[in-house]
Amino acid sequence: MRYANRHGAPFAKGDMTPMIDMTFQLIAFFMVLVNFSEADQNERIRLPLSELAKPPEAPVDTPITLQLTEKGTVIFHANELTIPQLGRELSLEKQFLRAKGKDSATAATVIIRADRAAKMGVVQEVIKTCQDTGFEKFVLRAKQVAAGERA
Amino acid sequence: MRVRNVRPQGQEIELQMTPMIDIVFQLLVFFIMTFKIVSPEGDFNVRMPASAPSEGPPPIDSIPPIRVRMTALSDGSLAEIQFGNRSLGRDFQKLRQAILDMVGPDPSPSTLESTEVELDCDYNLRFENTIEAITAVSGYVDQGNIVKLVENIKFAPPRGR
Repeated sequence: MRYANRHGAPFAKGDMTPMIDMTFQLIAFFMVLVNFSEADQNERIRLPLSELAKPPEAPVDTPITLQLTEKGTVIFHANELTIPQLGRELSLEKQFLRAKGKDSATAATVIIRADRAAKMGVVQEVIKTCQDTGFEKFVLRAKQVAAGERA
Repeated sequence: MRVRNVRPQGQEIELQMTPMIDIVFQLLVFFIMTFKIVSPEGDFNVRMPASAPSEGPPPIDSIPPIRVRMTALSDGSLAEIQFGNRSLGRDFQKLRQAILDMVGPDPSPSTLESTEVELDCDYNLRFENTIEAITAVSGYVDQGNIVKLVENIKFAPPRGR
């Protein structure tokens, strides 16, 4: 848009290009860093810390994420369940995997994201429930921390 | 369709930048508001005993697992670590040293493969203590590199519910 002052001489036009360039670069930066796997995480779970907890090099095969809260309930597919309820949900999950043509529950990996204050006995009850349903592979998840640094 | 340029020579096209900049700034604000720095997470594989016990006695040449017992106080904090019959207090560094003493200074992959640790925890023990024990048993960081130790880890049934 061109503006003119009272004497008729045109104003200098502002060049918008650098600002738009920078803005697009910022948008691209945030889009690249956006965390799409946030559905598998829950704010209530404070993972234990470990310096050996490196992110896996390859994605986990057919992951099933169970989030164990401090009070002993399990968050699975955004539902908070007791351990008996979890058994029923896992049976449904197993049927779903079979219907999808996966090698039933044996191919799936159960990722246990347990709160650092959860009771170890409850973690083992969750594992036992999964075993009774037919799941065999388990991983325990921890938050990576630099050696000697504890939050 | 032929389009004839009826514009007089030298006339500039005025682009409306305002709506685009509005949308771009809204996108920018959205991403800034939803941006969250997430610490990387890692996994520990655990070898869980099968639900159905295997039939028959175990093979004669099988090495029994190293037993690490962890007892808990009433609030779930760690009371004591026992490595076999030896008490290690509450020090996970001592547990790592005990594992290092057992497998030797430069263990071969076959030695590590055949060694197994069984964690025997109290029901009330806080999960973070178990992860500390798994960390101590499964390796350590030396000058930025991970030195692996025993990765075959299983759990005994919990005690003292």
